[in-house]
Amino acid sequence: MRRESALTVAAILGGALLLAAGNVLVPASGSLHVSGFVVGLAGKYLCYALLALAVDLVWGYAGILTLGHAAFFALGGYAMGMYLMREIGARGVYANPILPDFMVFLGWKQLPWYWFGFDHFGIALIAALAVPALLAGVFGWFAFRSRVSGVYLSIITQALTYALMLAFFRNNMGFGGNNGMTDFKDILGFPIGTDATSVGLMLVTALVLAGAYLLARALVASRFGKVLVAVRDAEPRTRFLGYRPEHYKLVVWVFSAMLAGIGGALYVPQVGIINPSEFAPANSIEAVIWVAVGGRGSLSGAILGAVLVNLGKTWLTGALPEMWLFALGGLFIVVTLFLPRGLIGLLARRRAAPKDAPAAVAAAREVTG
Amino acid sequence: MSSEGLTLGRRQLGLMGAGLAAAGLPALPPLVEEAKAAPAPGTGPIKVGILHSLSGTMAISEVPLKDVMLMLIAEQNKKGGVMGRPIEPVVVDPASNWPLFAEKARQLLSVDKVAAIFGCWTSVSRKSVLPVVEQLNGILYYPVQYEGQECSRNIFYSGAAPNQQAIPAVDYFMTQLGIKRWILAGTDYVYPRTTNKILEAYLKSKGVPAADIMINYTPFGYSDWQANVAKFKAFGSAGKKTGVISTINGDANVPFYKELGNQGIKATEIPVVAFSVGEQELAGLDTAPLVGQLAAWNYFESVQTPANQKFVADFKAFMKNPKRVTNDPMEAHYIGFNMWVKAVEKAGTTDHSAVIDAMIGVSHPNLTGDYATMMPNHHLTKPVLIGEVQANGQFNVVWQTPGLVVAQPWSPYLPESKYLIGDWLPPMSCGNYNVKLGKCLGKSKA
Amino acid sequence: MPRQVQGLSRILLAAALFVLAALPPARAAGPFAELASVNSDVVAAGVRALAVSGNPRAGAVIAALKQGRLFAWRWPNPAAPLFIRTDAGLVDARTGAKVATPPMPVNLRAVIVSDAVRGAIETGAGVLDLRAPAAATRERAAEALFQAADPGSLPLIDAALRTEKDPAVRRVLRDAQAAALLKSDTAPVPAQLAAVRRLAGRADLSSRNLLASLSGEPKPVAAAVARAIAGIDRQLRLWGLVENVYYGISLGAVLLLAAAGLAITFGVMGVINMAHGEMVMIGAYTTFVVQQTIAAAAPGLNEFGLLFAIPTAFLVAGALGVVIERCMIRFLYGRPLETLLATWGLSLVLQQAVRSVFGATNKDVTSPAWMSGFVRLGGLTLTVNRLWIILFAALVIAALMAALRWGGLGRSIRAVTQNRRMAAAMGIRTPWIDALTFGLGSGIAGMAGVALSQIDNVSPNLGQNYIIDSFIVVVVGGVGNLWGTVFGALILGIVDKFVEPITGAVLGKIIVLVLLILFIQRRPRGLFPLKGRAVEA
Repeated sequence: MRRESALTVAAILGGALLLAAGNVLVPASGSLHVSGFVVGLAGKYLCYALLALAVDLVWGYAGILTLGHAAFFALGGYAMGMYLMREIGARGVYANPILPDFMVFLGWKQLPWYWFGFDHFGIALIAALAVPALLAGVFGWFAFRSRVSGVYLSIITQALTYALMLAFFRNNMGFGGNNGMTDFKDILGFPIGTDATSVGLMLVTALVLAGAYLLARALVASRFGKVLVAVRDAEPRTRFLGYRPEHYKLVVWVFSAMLAGIGGALYVPQVGIINPSEFAPANSIEAVIWVAVGGRGSLSGAILGAVLVNLGKTWLTGALPEMWLFALGGLFIVVTLFLPRGLIGLLARRRAAPKDAPAAVAAAREVTG
Repeated sequence: MSSEGLTLGRRQLGLMGAGLAAAGLPALPPLVEEAKAAPAPGTGPIKVGILHSLSGTMAISEVPLKDVMLMLIAEQNKKGGVMGRPIEPVVVDPASNWPLFAEKARQLLSVDKVAAIFGCWTSVSRKSVLPVVEQLNGILYYPVQYEGQECSRNIFYSGAAPNQQAIPAVDYFMTQLGIKRWILAGTDYVYPRTTNKILEAYLKSKGVPAADIMINYTPFGYSDWQANVAKFKAFGSAGKKTGVISTINGDANVPFYKELGNQGIKATEIPVVAFSVGEQELAGLDTAPLVGQLAAWNYFESVQTPANQKFVADFKAFMKNPKRVTNDPMEAHYIGFNMWVKAVEKAGTTDHSAVIDAMIGVSHPNLTGDYATMMPNHHLTKPVLIGEVQANGQFNVVWQTPGLVVAQPWSPYLPESKYLIGDWLPPMSCGNYNVKLGKCLGKSKA
Repeated sequence: MPRQVQGLSRILLAAALFVLAALPPARAAGPFAELASVNSDVVAAGVRALAVSGNPRAGAVIAALKQGRLFAWRWPNPAAPLFIRTDAGLVDARTGAKVATPPMPVNLRAVIVSDAVRGAIETGAGVLDLRAPAAATRERAAEALFQAADPGSLPLIDAALRTEKDPAVRRVLRDAQAAALLKSDTAPVPAQLAAVRRLAGRADLSSRNLLASLSGEPKPVAAAVARAIAGIDRQLRLWGLVENVYYGISLGAVLLLAAAGLAITFGVMGVINMAHGEMVMIGAYTTFVVQQTIAAAAPGLNEFGLLFAIPTAFLVAGALGVVIERCMIRFLYGRPLETLLATWGLSLVLQQAVRSVFGATNKDVTSPAWMSGFVRLGGLTLTVNRLWIILFAALVIAALMAALRWGGLGRSIRAVTQNRRMAAAMGIRTPWIDALTFGLGSGIAGMAGVALSQIDNVSPNLGQNYIIDSFIVVVVGGVGNLWGTVFGALILGIVDKFVEPITGAVLGKIIVLVLLILFIQRRPRGLFPLKGRAVEA
């Protein structure tokens, strides 16, 4: 376990540093030069890895199949987007120092109350954590208390993200409607889109991911994590033993939503746009498949899955656009039918050292919703 | 006519284009030299990026644009390419995913180093690409009618601004059909919202009372139109002739028109003019309920000019499919691409800055028998046509603006953009110049 | 009476003379000359005059004008020749005789068809139809006259009223008479008051429209009009409530159709089939293929293509369902969440496969004539296609319930879901029943696709638009209970249609989703939960 954590953290940070060095130190003409474009892609994958980590925590360890985690990711993204919008200030096309452009041309006269404070980075960062946490808290408290579980829970998480998508589509909400927010200028004074900022953001994302991974690792290895696995495998029995499963689920659910939120917040400055399509139910389900591919119930697996599937996506949408959906769909079927433990499970079997990977063992156990 | 002072004759425009070109010339030489100094390869193919969704929800609209671009490039190569060099298309698939548009645009500009990008359909995709092309100083040709309120140095808008589609259509309704009561029906997103805001202000400026304007929004892909159509009918029963201005998007249109037909509302009772229904959209549906309804565009496949007949025939031959149709955004790409070729030859280089400056004032015949000229606000001059849907999925042109309409990307009917103009010629060189304050907005953070 | 009943043509002729006499002298050149005018108002007047003239050529000429086949001489010509272009060549519009020496095309121009002319064509065609033998046609014609509210048509209406026997047609004719009277400047006040009362009694949108369009009436009439409008508005509000319920039922029927198959696969078998929407989509594409095949092979049967499509769609989607169950689902029993993921993957593959085969554009599925149009019921306008869909949904559910209750397969299905081992011990081949059950659910989804092809786009994304709603319906109703599904669909439909007018369509949808999330917290097992041990399994 120590070894796996160390390896994962080393892979995340080492990979990120290597890419950064390739961009900064190798001259642009060199054959080993890493372009800003690739750095940006890597940053994006790392954000997705954060989302995958969040999904794996609730699905792999608490047995909650969430089909709406992209909602928390997008909410975090919107919080960051609001800061970046305010940061534009008077450089918008209408030169309104307070109102973002989309509010000006739709005739808003003043900033809605929920936009106040977002000109401070700190407040935006807190919102990126607090808003998903709050939503998850309220949603989870109701859902877990009334023992909504299994498929029903999956369906209402999907309904939740779908409702949020429709809501953010509405121009009256004051979040830019379908266009969302874009044309950001800078973050904390660093101009967005330049190679240097991309490298910096990518490194920060890698650090956050490594930190989140270690935190999640500590969580699942603790006594708390063990109860969580018990809840996953036999909720009624755990309850009869005197535990309150809903409390355990709620805590991990809220923590996971915060991870997703921070992932979204890091995602927005790197891709340069946030809009309601991030709430699409399909995005949430895609995040689940990253985890399934990497290995459900293995935190490193979730990260691996997110990076690999997205690499494949980038390559396929460039090379064989019409094959992408076949490949993605096929992946869902093959992984669920033949690879219940994902790629990490394959590796673990290869090494034939199950004592090294209790998580994989746990995942291997038949889990019913 | 509403567009007083905005319609120009063909000849005046030609003169104007020539004048603009002359004005632009002195600014060119230093830039050209700069470009030559850059390590741009002087030989080999010139790469052009095509950024249209080939999968996902927008594929239905965007794939034909990719096709037409490939045809235009193939034809140009047959004529010897540009500056004696062949053109090589680089096709990428942003998969109807908005962040992916930005990513692929960055890839085209920084990895493939394309000379120009032809792409995007939805406003959100353009908004997503805009910061990328501005930052990397690329060129984007955007071929679709849109809501305006934008004028970037790095984007050439070959589609219509609201005053080149929506406002003339309203004029047609007002003057030719005698419409007194207005239903502005749209899908709830930015293009309909903005267009309807402009139209509402325009109608009010024409003395239409607020009680005679109804604005109605529905979600994307809305299909249960019964209640809404009944509402339209009720609104239309106040004793004044009522018309619908539809900014309803894509998939919601078929059920909408079916419901109109089923509830027995004929084009003679409550006419509907649409801004998002063209030949491509009609190609896949039962046109029976739509016959007689109207659409406003700057081009229809049915326009009988030699240039258009050749274009249509060429496209069908290129696609090896006689059932393929052409539409307005395809004409926009036709004009945009030919203008890019002219601008590159005028500038003598593919360097982005030089081409951007050379573009202004370039003229090219459009397919409807007029000339399109690239104005200093990076928009084209366009005729506006109103067409009636026929049973074969084509449009019969029933009305046309008397001259060409110059685009107003900043709507004069909205208080926010009343004083804004775009002019990318020196000394102004500004996309959002406030004529009242006498300065270019948004340059500093103050 | 008998003395008044004379040859219809003579009455019409008299009417025409009346109209002609009322015309200003400049128009005396006759309707044909007016058609050749370059002023669209004169052309419109010509069309009207022609319609009431009783001229035997009137129908052909107006039809030609409507189709854009009527041509006039391009240059001034006192004889004002008019030609109709037929497939066989030009014919003289006045006589219908073939033109021996056709003029050069350059000398001809199409007769102007402006909006005003189009309106006149509608009325004109209506007037001609007043003589049709079928009462329904006459009623439609009378309705057209009512809509036109043209004082010029008054003598004609009077004439028609003298001969008309059918009470329904007479009623509409009287409405039309009232409408025309109100529009006339010369009608006496008492007659106008009676007309207002008549329209107030009709109490629909068209009469409201007509009343509201009046201006400059004498005081008592104006007051009566205002009262009538207020009265109509009151009635319309009441009808509006009924209308909302109907819209709700209609939406509920659509949801029910979409969810019925899922009620089997999810409700009975417990399989989370995310590819359910794609089964619906495949049903819709089957409809398209069947229509195309029939159009190519037996065009005479075009109108009934849908009837052939229903069983075909059932078989195609059902067979596909059996294949899916055998190749995929059966390995995943007892792992509902994995099933969810695998079937989601399957749905992506199916969508892209359909896109690759049929292309990304929407497919053109036509509506037969018997599914178009509307019927009036009191103050309600009910569209025929929605009525058929409500009926179809009811039939499908009734058949499904009957099959499960009394059919051999239904009995086996119930046996297997209630106690699999016992059923197996009794000699039921449970794996085969599983496959057939899944096939049945998929087949029903396919039939839903046939219905949805009539109201929605036939595109690869069709199924996705319904999948979330379908699950919601089944979950709200309670898993494993068909009646629950029926109620779930109707409740959702009606709630949606009552929320929508208040909040708008977009917010309405959001509110319904939030209500649903709250509902599931309150009743996690739906409206009609299954009781007993089966729940915990």
